[in-house]
Amino acid sequence: MVVSTKRALEGAHASAHAMRQINPDVVAAYPITPQTAIVQTYSQYVADGEVDTEFIAVESEHAAMSACIGAAAAGGRVMTATAANGLALMWEELYIAASMRMPIVMSCVNRALSAPLNIHCDHSDSMGARDAGWIHIFSETGQEAYDNTIQAVRIAEHPDLLLPVMVMQDGFITGHAVELVEVADDASVQRFIGSYSPAHSLLDIDHPTTFGAWDLYDYYFEHKRQQTDALSKAMKVILEVGQEFGREFGRPYGAFEPYAMDDAEIAVIVLSSTAGTCRTVIRELRQKGLKVGLLKLRVFRPFPAAELAEALKGVKAVAVLDRSISFGSMQGSGPVFLELCAALYAAGSKTKAINYIYGLGGRDVLPVDVERVIHELKQVADSGEVTSLVSYLGLRE
Amino acid sequence: MPKPNASWKEANIAGLVLEPGSAAEYETGTWRVQRPVHDADKCTHCMICWVYCPDSSIIVKDGRWKEFDYFHCKGCGICASVCPVKVEAHQVTGKPGKVIQMTDEKK
Ligand code: SF4
Ligand code: SF4
Repeated sequence: MVVSTKRALEGAHASAHAMRQINPDVVAAYPITPQTAIVQTYSQYVADGEVDTEFIAVESEHAAMSACIGAAAAGGRVMTATAANGLALMWEELYIAASMRMPIVMSCVNRALSAPLNIHCDHSDSMGARDAGWIHIFSETGQEAYDNTIQAVRIAEHPDLLLPVMVMQDGFITGHAVELVEVADDASVQRFIGSYSPAHSLLDIDHPTTFGAWDLYDYYFEHKRQQTDALSKAMKVILEVGQEFGREFGRPYGAFEPYAMDDAEIAVIVLSSTAGTCRTVIRELRQKGLKVGLLKLRVFRPFPAAELAEALKGVKAVAVLDRSISFGSMQGSGPVFLELCAALYAAGSKTKAINYIYGLGGRDVLPVDVERVIHELKQVADSGEVTSLVSYLGLRE
Repeated sequence: MPKPNASWKEANIAGLVLEPGSAAEYETGTWRVQRPVHDADKCTHCMICWVYCPDSSIIVKDGRWKEFDYFHCKGCGICASVCPVKVEAHQVTGKPGKVIQMTDEKK
């Protein structure tokens, strides 16, 4: 039986708490704002003997992910955490971890990438790594960061996948905000994640195995095909694990969370903490009779394209809020918007889609901003005309 | 060795190599554009070529030069370069030079 307690925790501490309960074999990490609270708290657990983890205090994030890959190849359950420029410094290893099929779980506390130097939230860090082959799961709250971290272990280690998983939460807004988080007892978390025994490991000296060997034009292509196949199987596993988590801990998870979508004629799609602001505004506008709904996207990689197109059936116009820019893309739109446009096109959908870039470098997004989005979205739905494909929220024009 | 020309469904995950020492089964001899040839009559069995060959492709038996391992020899020419013994007319090429000489690889 799961025994839960309510704790006042910062989002970053909720992630560290989940990591303590997971008790991985190896954590190799380097501190960077606003992820520092995770690494600092975890190293305290190690120093206090609360976990059995081998903690490797590395000299950079490049080394952190390298050590994680080595430890995972050696057969360990491995975790790390990073943000922003730290994630960027892992660039090379992100691809290697994914293509060597290392089920590493990493917290990413989303922060703007330099320059100019900024430590506050946007999604440009993890979005830059969106084609590296990782599974990307976004969290709205500290509770979700905790829940997603636990589920990520099961997802990553699933034998059909063996893929690394990034669990995101918004820097400062979620990472450093204290909220009530329901944490389970250690034994229940351990029971849920189970033990990990990889089919191949460097330390299995009875079955010597070479990892990451030279792979030329005669096999590389086949291995990439395997990799994309694993990601295409990931959604099924993510949904199964999300349902099982719900049965065990009372909070089920899907690829996205619909709110007021049943009879919605217009809809907003957003990631992470801004979903809370959107929900509040939508609740008020619903009372005024506006048929508006919300799809809070949780899983960005693999992208739930067909599922989102299905959820938007009957919706006349959708606004995607992006907290990063895909520079040089169609009208400089955001990555979620681009993916959604592709999904709608592939599904033959007639739903109009518009994009709002918001919150870069921690710029606050207020209810009045979301009201503007919904107001403009209503005009698109009524007229069937898109006058501005990409707009900016809260920007001084 | 993975099955030659395995499909993506058959290939080992992530290119894992599950047998130790399997590089021996990889035919690097196909990379060769020049082929070393040896003059058995003039060889002094000094083994300098054996020391320098980067691919262990000089086969020695009972302390004597025996043969090239053409399955692995990449034709780098180091053996021909380091061989200290000169010949007037090479047993295989008929040319003056050293005990080991490089010839065009006939495919
Ligand atoms: S050509 Fe190079 S690889 Fe071949 S036997 Fe001589 S030294 Fe070895
Ligand atoms: S270096 Fe020349 S002489 Fe010496 S063993 Fe090799 S082939 Fe014979």
